[in-house]
Amino acid sequence: MVRPMEELIGRLRAIVGDEWCFTQEHQLRTYESDGLLQYAVRPGVAVLPADTEQVQACVKACAEAGVAWVARGSGSGLSGGALPLADGVLIVVSRMSRILEIDRANQRVCVEPGVTNIAVSSAVAPELFYPPDPSSQIVCSIGGNVAENSGGAHCFKYGFTTNYVCGLEVVLADGEIVMLGGQELDQPGYDLLGAFVGSEGTLGIATKIWLRVVPSPETVKTLVAFFDSTHAAGEAVSEIVQSGVVPGAIEMMDKVAIQASEAMANAGYPVGRGAALLVELDGAERECEARFDQVLGICERCGSDDVRIARDETERALFWKTRKAAFPAMGRISPNYFVQDGVIPRTRLPEVLDAIEGLAEEYGMVVANVFHAGDGNLHPLVCFDGRVDGEAARAEELSGRIMDACLQAGGSITGEHGVGVDKKRYMAKMFAEADLDAFQRLRCAFDPAGLANPGKVMPTPRLCGEVPGIYREHPLEAAGLAERF
Amino acid sequence: MRPATPEEAAALLRESEGPLRPRGGGTKPWGPADDGAVIETGGLGRIVEHNVGDFTAVLEAGVPLVEAQAAFAAAQQMLAFDPPADPKATIGGAMATNDTGPLRHRYGGLRDLVVGTTVALSDGTLASSGGRVIKNVAGYDLGKLFCGSHGTLGLITRVAVRLHPLVRETATAVGAAGDAGRLGEAAVALAARPLEADCLDVAWTGGEGRLLMRFAGAAAGAQAASAVAAMRELGLEDTAVEEDDDALWDAQRAAQRGDCVLKVAGRITDLPAVCRTGAAVVGRAGLGLFWIQLEPERERIAEVREALHPRACTLLDAPESLRGDTWPAADPGVLAVMERLKQRFDPARAFRPGAFVGGL
Repeated sequence: MVRPMEELIGRLRAIVGDEWCFTQEHQLRTYESDGLLQYAVRPGVAVLPADTEQVQACVKACAEAGVAWVARGSGSGLSGGALPLADGVLIVVSRMSRILEIDRANQRVCVEPGVTNIAVSSAVAPELFYPPDPSSQIVCSIGGNVAENSGGAHCFKYGFTTNYVCGLEVVLADGEIVMLGGQELDQPGYDLLGAFVGSEGTLGIATKIWLRVVPSPETVKTLVAFFDSTHAAGEAVSEIVQSGVVPGAIEMMDKVAIQASEAMANAGYPVGRGAALLVELDGAERECEARFDQVLGICERCGSDDVRIARDETERALFWKTRKAAFPAMGRISPNYFVQDGVIPRTRLPEVLDAIEGLAEEYGMVVANVFHAGDGNLHPLVCFDGRVDGEAARAEELSGRIMDACLQAGGSITGEHGVGVDKKRYMAKMFAEADLDAFQRLRCAFDPAGLANPGKVMPTPRLCGEVPGIYREHPLEAAGLAERF
Repeated sequence: MRPATPEEAAALLRESEGPLRPRGGGTKPWGPADDGAVIETGGLGRIVEHNVGDFTAVLEAGVPLVEAQAAFAAAQQMLAFDPPADPKATIGGAMATNDTGPLRHRYGGLRDLVVGTTVALSDGTLASSGGRVIKNVAGYDLGKLFCGSHGTLGLITRVAVRLHPLVRETATAVGAAGDAGRLGEAAVALAARPLEADCLDVAWTGGEGRLLMRFAGAAAGAQAASAVAAMRELGLEDTAVEEDDDALWDAQRAAQRGDCVLKVAGRITDLPAVCRTGAAVVGRAGLGLFWIQLEPERERIAEVREALHPRACTLLDAPESLRGDTWPAADPGVLAVMERLKQRFDPARAFRPGAFVGGL
């Protein structure tokens, strides 16, 4: 008698071919983790389908066997959203990496999910570009971007993945193929497309993606200003935004982050300064020029005595390299670190940074801060040494308290990395039971059998068919910390 | 029913059997007529928060848009959303009907500006998604589901929105053509230029039309001048820069409404085909969305739909006798998911049964 999983593997093997169906330990090791390395699970089997039909056949086989599955793009996600299931199937879309259609006149590109983020902009350059630009854009896949509603450094001005996806071909968990949205905007009916983007692989698997691309800006002007403190730099950010400027990007690094990044990127940054602020304006030349002088003035008025303006594309690239080096650079000064992704209303920046500093002191740990300052998206990096007993647990506890500080300021537990497995335990702090229940209704409408990426996003496992609950007071509301939202 | 708070709305819904018809300002009587008891949002009229420094606001669903915009303007801010002006139109109603205006070109639709939503469901559940920060991926985005749901999933009770700086200096470049093909080519070319316009619209009537491109900011006049130069290169005639341009844009918005209006979810390159239907048209030339003014006759509507097939054409304003024909046919596969969604959110089918796409 053949065990059900073995029977399923046989079917999957027949669908994708022997060479694209992995069951050996050494083959599966590659897929144990996504970009969040502290979680690792070896999947029961990994398949790499070649096209929509194969994805559909795999998903149907899973549905018939009652076996759950997880979709994976490039595996660069930072919340464990693509963490496999030990007794499940991992569907890897990296072979589906064709750009299927470019329609310049209508500003649309149709891609398979395994296409990298950068490849979309490259395909339509130089006249057009695809704005969402996660730091991992060289490797991360559009399929993964859709699942996570990825952001990036330029989303303060340009928005997120959800603002640029206009159509999706989706294989639902029962194996049906549906088209959500299309090449045109405003398709009548419920905006299932809007619900799908950012659903972290729990509503189905996108097999074709229509993206909106837009004209590349005429001019880009970039500066880095150094300040004595994150307070002063934060004030500059507030003033810039208040003045009516909408920069393409405003990024901040604190002292620790500057030190680490400089050691890796050698950009000539003054180590020891309290904060570096990278401001990039892009758009129509005339508007950009006028606004850039305004930004310069604000930086100086807020106490920056060291402002560097990128003279050419090489220097601009160096500024960005230094900023993007922050995460990997941290590995040089600390054996391990946790990255947080909390969001706060921008005006609460000074007090939340104070709170983080206080917590770091209390725990005797180093916390470096790198953030998308324009939209209040913080990436505190909690440094620790995993070889020391109990350090990881303490770092995790500290991370949780940083999350609490963000929520108390009226913010969110995640701005762009997603909930995945990593932050699901915080969901109940941000959302009331009735909210989670409404989320579950959506999930059940798409996947009543609960086979698509179960165990992610929601704080506790739940089945479809549960009786909807009634309104209970929100934990933050009960504590008088927030109005209901 | 006229609840005074979201909580009261939820309680009323729990007690009610339906059918129900949510109503904001009552300015958009779109969709098949339904005889549900009206639940109106006039009592949900508070501007709950305006976080000036954070460029966000929280509005109850019944807040009139003009009132919200006046409050934001006092702080040199705006909700970058400008559907046809009606003093009674509310934020909740505009969201439920997915109304839109010329600023969509630059800022996206309301779906792109809403950062948090609270809804009351027919079983009395009051549920929120999103939050009130401008960047947030925690949980599912229920706001988008309710945007354009025409009151068929539940009652929107509260909305958090992102705001933008209000720029008062504007200028508009205008260029005309008597040939729809030429106008269409110009629209494609202008949409691809890195001009960063706030709006790019088309207006077509009586066999001729024009493109309008609006700029905002200190350099608006100069940008409009370069747009005019581009328009001339592209063969448009009667080009001009209009500095005093409010009336132009009021007219664009106003032409989205009428006795009988068909909205086309199209592509940028559909402009000539839409103009050739022989009716008066306005549209977002850079996005491919068009509004066609038609004689209120069933045959005429069918003829235009046929001519534009397979684009989805939705009947908005129309005499009640024609509104049964509001929605284009939906794909059966997608409709099945929508049906399951309706079942989960409104199992009692209390909200406007039969009034949405595919008889949902």
